[in-house]
Formats: sequence, structure tokens, C-alpha cells
Amino acid sequence: MSVKNYLNPFKAIKYLFEKPETLQYPFETKEIADRYRGFHKNDWSKCTGCGNCADICPNEAIEMIKIDTLEAQPEKGIKDERPQIDYGRCCFCGLCVDICPPASLSLTKDFFHIHFDTGTFTFIPKDENMDEVTYKKADDYSIFQASLSHRKQDYDGFSPDLRYTLFEPERVQMPEVEPDKRVLSFMEQVLGFDTEQAKREAGRCLGCQLCEEACPAHLKISDYIDAIYRNEPKESLKIIYEDNPIPSICGRICMKHCEDACSLRIRGDSLAIRWLKRYAADQIKDFKEELEIKPGESTGKKVSIIGAGPSGLSLAYFLRLQGHQVKVYDELPGGGGAIRIGPPAYRLPLKAIDKDVNYIKSLGVDFQFNTKVGKDIPFTEIYNNSDAVYIGIGNTISFSTKVKNSENCCLALDFLKENKLGEYSKVDKEIVVIGGGNVAMDVAREAIRLQHIQFPDQKVITKTVSLEDWDELPASEEEIQEAKEEGIQFNPGWGPKEIILDEKGRIKGLLCKKVKSVFDEKGRFSPTFYEEKEKVLDCTMIIEAIGQRPDYSFLPQELHAKLKFTQRKKLHVDENGMTSIPKLFAGGDIVNINLDAVTAIADAKVAAEGINKWVYKT
Amino acid sequence: MRELELYFGPQHLGMVGNFSITLKVEGDKIIKADANPGYLHRGFEKLMEERTWMQNFPLVCRINVVEPDHMELIYSMGVEKLADIEVPERGKFLRSIYCEMARVNSHLFGLWAYSNMLGFDTVAHWAMYHRDLLLDRFEELTGGRVYHIYLRPGGVRRDFPEGFTTKLVETLHKIGGKVPDYNQTFFENSLFRKRAEGIGIVNLDEAKRMGAVGHILKANGVKYDIRKIEPYDAYDQVEFDIPTQTGADAYSRLLTIRDDMIESVHMIFKLIDKIPPEGDVYTKTPNPFKWTIPAGESYVRCESSRGELGLYIVSDGGEKPYRVHFNTPSYNHGLTVLEKALEGENIADVGNIMISLYVVAPEIDR
Repeated sequence: MSVKNYLNPFKAIKYLFEKPETLQYPFETKEIADRYRGFHKNDWSKCTGCGNCADICPNEAIEMIKIDTLEAQPEKGIKDERPQIDYGRCCFCGLCVDICPPASLSLTKDFFHIHFDTGTFTFIPKDENMDEVTYKKADDYSIFQASLSHRKQDYDGFSPDLRYTLFEPERVQMPEVEPDKRVLSFMEQVLGFDTEQAKREAGRCLGCQLCEEACPAHLKISDYIDAIYRNEPKESLKIIYEDNPIPSICGRICMKHCEDACSLRIRGDSLAIRWLKRYAADQIKDFKEELEIKPGESTGKKVSIIGAGPSGLSLAYFLRLQGHQVKVYDELPGGGGAIRIGPPAYRLPLKAIDKDVNYIKSLGVDFQFNTKVGKDIPFTEIYNNSDAVYIGIGNTISFSTKVKNSENCCLALDFLKENKLGEYSKVDKEIVVIGGGNVAMDVAREAIRLQHIQFPDQKVITKTVSLEDWDELPASEEEIQEAKEEGIQFNPGWGPKEIILDEKGRIKGLLCKKVKSVFDEKGRFSPTFYEEKEKVLDCTMIIEAIGQRPDYSFLPQELHAKLKFTQRKKLHVDENGMTSIPKLFAGGDIVNINLDAVTAIADAKVAAEGINKWVYKT
Repeated sequence: MRELELYFGPQHLGMVGNFSITLKVEGDKIIKADANPGYLHRGFEKLMEERTWMQNFPLVCRINVVEPDHMELIYSMGVEKLADIEVPERGKFLRSIYCEMARVNSHLFGLWAYSNMLGFDTVAHWAMYHRDLLLDRFEELTGGRVYHIYLRPGGVRRDFPEGFTTKLVETLHKIGGKVPDYNQTFFENSLFRKRAEGIGIVNLDEAKRMGAVGHILKANGVKYDIRKIEPYDAYDQVEFDIPTQTGADAYSRLLTIRDDMIESVHMIFKLIDKIPPEGDVYTKTPNPFKWTIPAGESYVRCESSRGELGLYIVSDGGEKPYRVHFNTPSYNHGLTVLEKALEGENIADVGNIMISLYVVAPEIDR
């Protein structure tokens, strides 16, 4: 050790004459990094209140608080709750940001809060658009006042990024038959998940339960999805059966209101809830043997159900579990009602329907098929011999356009019924389907299959024509997409005016006029046309699929006169599902405006409770 | 001469944290030292049993205040081994760069602690300032300054922000440029050498017997480093040396820490050059609410700035770990090695020796 080593350290004195590196805080501040994890900010216009942030928080610092000024919109998957952060617990890890499905929650660069009141450390974050008092413009912001109630605008830090989310935005691809192959036959288009795919898809569920509020029948979706994830399809099916006794049917054709509310849909694909339900139902080969659900002890009460559609089947199941004696009448040779006729075999094969129906039958429900009430058995006989009667008859008569020569056209329901229950209908090479709803899609897609079967390797054309333009087509997007893939030609925004016949009285074409508007200012259906814009769609066969209505002709005159209807021409029922006639309950398409199976099940659940109360009251 | 019992507690300036030693002294000489941990027991290992696999990763860094990053790494390594998750190539490089940044960060903190305790305030301020420069880079990369919560099971949480490597290189050059100043003022300073040389000798036999790792072995000339023995992440794709000394005393230990820091800086430069330009930075892990890991157990180890860090982790097939146990270097260094090293030394050197052993109290208790 030399003297040098003693003296050298003093060379550090040179730093006395350099500019200090210390910042004169708070007059000099440091630029805060763009990813800084400071206080939360929440965009309420995006937030759905799903509560995933609260669930993932390792410190339970987040609590979902009901906000009185907000309105819950279950069908859109929006709750009236918003997260509240307790900064006494928060560790600023940002897991809440990375899990947030709508990307509403983010962290900012604000981090100051000094207060004597510890209550101020719990805080419901909003953003600058909602709360201009808290979020100051750069000019109004002062670091001396900085706190949870004095923050800077546009001061974003750690933000959501789809590339780094903790959830899986992409859906497991459902194996399907290719369009060019599937148009050649009525084979089932969707092949269904295998176990590995189902588990992977079920694993995407975040368990926020927004779907359960959106589902008309309020199935315990997150529970049965979780059972599938755990590879317990039997357990899953048992949970489904608590609220929905037709899983094989609903697993194929449900209108899936749940998927429209799924929080994953906002930045990715919604969970394939319908396909997972189908998976659970398909996994169990014999419902009766494996589910071990027993009917209740006999109560001696008799309930008759007219119509074995989704609502009738569900009601029969619920009431049978209560122990009532249930008899179901239907004019068709099997169960399913509109579901048996409507959805084509490539979407819903008969064996899937019969699987559900046979199970309900095995519980002791008495089905009287091929029995048309009012013809084979008078309604009054049923009414007088039962403790309660339920009508779930659905819409069974197709509307016609009533344009000139329309009597030469086929009607949608007749066409579909014949195809599915009888022999394949005879079709021509050029078909026009009038209508833009789901039934029209079914008709068109069945028609093109029949054409391919009956005219193999020949040029065949199926067109649809509808009043509504592309953006207003009532059919589901999925249906339209698949129809396009199969080669169906669309003519949206054209209204049929006349069916042109040739000299022998055969159909030659359809004269259409361009639609100006479909609805009037008050939103009522009242189409207007450009009279000068015309076109003729060449065809030799026309099928009308523009809507259906119910057939009440089985009711005796005096009873029919007593029935009350709503403004939208639906049957009026009270909160117990009972019509204006005592002991007569109703549900399904004649009551609700959704016109789908799961809403029919919801109606049946209401009626089941109503009937249960009613039969003990009398 | 009369024996006295002296309590060297957490409030002492030379103490490494919430930790204390009971000293039996005769005059100025220490006869026996008893380490008393327990002031910092926060029950992390138990807490982790109550949190899901994903929720644990923001928690685990808090075990070690000085160097949270290797805690994140070891937890992630344990989970990856149990769940059989492979980290993507780019993710591996990002992790290694991040961990080397952490090593420099931790060594600068250690340098502050040592120089501050010995009264070399100028050096202490420099070390803290340079650490702060590096914390700015951490803030840009991760959003946090102390607890970075960045290295997650499967990879890292975010890719490098734009222009990050350039800034990082600049910062490291700035810190590296100061090394001659540090040498002059501290490492070669005769006053410091007089305080540190020949003090707190832990020779190789004792070190091995007491399970010492890291710089205590390196100060005995042993190149024991998990990055070489069981290379993880990108360490097998980069050349680096393990600095050693032969003095076995406090001074040698501190020199290995300094050289280790310089080696880390060089390694970051090499890693930045080799980093794959494209690719994922993490492997997608299952939905955090449903993530279960097959039953099993694993032991993983990595080289933290204080030596070999191990983790024993058991899964019973559930959503949470069944048992977690950390094998931290400070546990051996702060309890067994420290007691031995203090025997026969002066009271004035207690802090000196303790910090030269690089003991981090929160690691002992957990």
C-alpha cells in the first residue's frame, strides 16, 4: 500500500465542480416511464362489470360495487357494477389489467396520494371522459395537490395489450364439413369437439357468469363448462339438466344469447358455449342409465300439454320431476314441434331430437303423438280432465306474400316438414326463396342440397330475395355466411311484386322492385319501393319464407274470444305463465318475441312454477 | 477478563436489515456470536399455498427486497419444470438480460451498503445514484422500480419497449465508466483495504462444510456458479467468465462482487448482440382461473447475485402449490457462516463482515 493509495481517493473532489445529478424535486421532476404501474383508471364505457379483475387480484384489493346510476344490460353482457380499488392492499402488479377482457382497466403514471382519512384510499376509478373534476388538464395540474382526486389527464401507464393477455382470445376451431362437400348431402355439418378440444375450449372460460344473466333460462353455464374442463361430462350434463332438459337439441340449434354476452367476445371470440353443451350431451350415450335422475313421488295431479316443442318438452320434464302425471299431445309423429320440422337435418338430425325426447319419455311422461287436438281429441275434453293445461303450440302456419299468382308458390313450413319427415321434396334447377330470416336460410340451404342430389353435376341455382338490405337481414350472421359458402345467391333490398307465369301457367320468374325503406318513421313494418327500379329473377320454383303465425283453431270459439293478446299479437300471460283463461297456461313462440328454443324453455320454467302453485291451490 | 453479552440489533447502522446478533465479548473481542433471525418472518411460503399459480408471481418477488428478480426467476423455473412449459428463445434472452440487470442492480446496492456502513459516503452516493439510473431502465421495461413483477412463468410479461437496448447500453456504459473512480476511491483505497483485508476469513473447508455458495466460494478460488454448472435460459449461448479471488477474506469477497458486476455488464452486451430479432417472449399459460399443474415435485436452482438460489415446489394437481420452499443463500451465510466468521473478530468489524458476506435479511426469514 503506497502513499498514492491514500491520496488517490481525494481525486473524487473534482465532482464538487460538476453539475449535480440530484434533481431539485418537486421543481424538477423525472419523466415517468410509459409502462409505469401507478393508480388505476377505468373506462366505464368499455367496462362490463365482469369482475375478472376482482377475481384475479392476489390481494383481494378489488371489490365490485353496484353503481346506482348505471343500468344493467344482461343481454349485452353488461353489469351495473364497477371495480373499487383499496390502495391499502393493492400491490400494483397489474394482473387486473392483463386479465381485463374489454381492456377498460389500465394503470396510469399517477402515484401520489397523501391524506389523513384512510377512507380516501378506497377508490372507484373512472377516466378523464367521465370525471373531469379529478382528471385535470396539464395546465391545471399541480404536483403539490396531486392525489387520487387530483390527477393528470392522458397520463396512461401500464395498459392492456392483446398480445400479452392472460386469457385466450381465440376459439378452438370447430371441425366442420367443407361447404363444397356438405351441399351434396344432408350430413351433419358440425362434427363436434373431441375431448381434448372441448377441454381446451372450456379452459378459456373466465367464470365471470355474464352469460348466465343473458341466458333466458339462466343455465349455470360457468359450472357446467368447468365440469367439462375437469373432464366430467356427466357432471356437466347433470348441471345442464337442472335448467335445460333438451341439451342435445339446444347444443345444436340454440340461438346462444349467452355467447353474445360473453366477455371474451369483446376482444376475441366468445366461448363456444353451445358447442360445449353439445359435447356434454354427446358424450353421454344413455341419459337414463347414467344421469340417475328420478321422477318425484306421485302427486295425483294431472297436467296436459299441447305441443311437444321445446317449451312443452321442458315443462313435461320439470313437472314430471315434481311427481305430476303429464300427458303431451302433438300432431307430429315425434317430439320437437317446430324444432322437428324447422332446422334441417344437417343442423339438427332427428336422432338428436329423439335422444332428448326419449329420455323425457323414459321418466314417465305420456306422449300422444299423431294426435291433433281439435280434430282427434276435442280441447274441452283435455281441459276438463286436467288440473292444468299448457299450450305451447308455436307458429305453424306460414304467411304468404299474397302477390299476384302467389298461390303457385310453396310455403316454407310445408317444404321443410315434407323434407325432414317425409320423402325429399322434388325441386327445380332454379329456385327463389322469398325471405331474409333464419327460416329462409334453412329453406334455401335445404333447397340447394336437394338440387345437388336430384341434379348431380348440373348447374343449379338457389337465390334468396328479401326486403331488408345486407345490414338489416334478420338471419344470423353465421347462417348468412354459411349460406354464401354453399353458393346461395342473395338479393337483399328487393321486394317481390308479381310471380310471372308462362303460357302454360308454370312459374317463369319473380318480378321485384327495389326497396326504398322497410319501416316507417315510427318503426312499423311498412315497405316502400322505387316503382321504376325493377328486375326479374328467373326461376321455375318459388318458396315463400316470410314468417309464420299460430293456429288457434283447435280452441272452441267462446274460449278463443276470452284469450287476451298483447300489442305485438302475442298471447298475454301473467307472471305465473297463465293466460286470461283460468288453468290454461302458455309459453313458447306464441308468447315470447325471441322465437327460439331457449326462451321457450325459460317460459316453461315460469309455467312449471305457476302450474305447481296452481294445482295445489285448487 | 469479564465476558459481556452485547446485543447487536436491527437498529444498528451496520446491520443488514431486520436482523440481530447476540455477541459474547471479552473486551473488544468476540468469543461467540448468535444470529437471531425472525424479525422479518412474513410467512411467504405459507401464503403461496393460498394463491393460484399466477397470483403467486407478483408475491414471490417481495421475499427479497434487494433483488426481487431472481425470486421471480426461480419461481417461474419451478412452475415451468412442474408444468413442462418451454420458454421461447427470445423470451430466454430477455430473461437473461433482465437477470443480469438485476445482478448489477443488486451489486450496486451491496456496494452502497458496504461503503455506507464503513463511512465511505461518497462511494455510497455514487452507488445509489448508479443504481437509480438502472432502476430507470427497469421502470421502462417493467413499469416498476423496485418490484418489477416482470418475469412470469412461461417467459416475460412484455417485450422490450422500442429503443430499450440502446438506452440500456448507454446506461451501462455510464456506470462502467465510473469503475476507475470506484477503484480509486474505494477498492484501492488504503483505508478501505486496511478495514477489509484479512478480516472475516472463511476458508474453503469451512465454507464447504457450512454450505456457503456464491462469492464466498469465489473468494476461495472456486468457480462455482449455477449459470455454468446447469445453464438455464440463455446462459449456455453466451461466453462469460466467473471472477475469483484467493484471499478468502472480506476484501476478496468484495472484489469478486465488483468483478462479477463488470462481467454481468459485458454479458448484457453479448446477450443484446445475440438476441433473436423476432419471436414470442412468453409461452401462453392456461387460463389463470383454471390453471392446474399435474401432481409432482421439482427442485430448481439458479445463480442469484448472492449465490445459488433453490426452490422446492410441490403440486398436488390443484390450482395452488401444495408446498413451496426456498433455499436462499443468505440463510447459510447469515446464520452459520456469519457466526463462524465473527469468532475472534473485533466488535467494530461485525457490520463489515456481515455485509461482506452479502447477507440480505428478508431472504433468511421469508
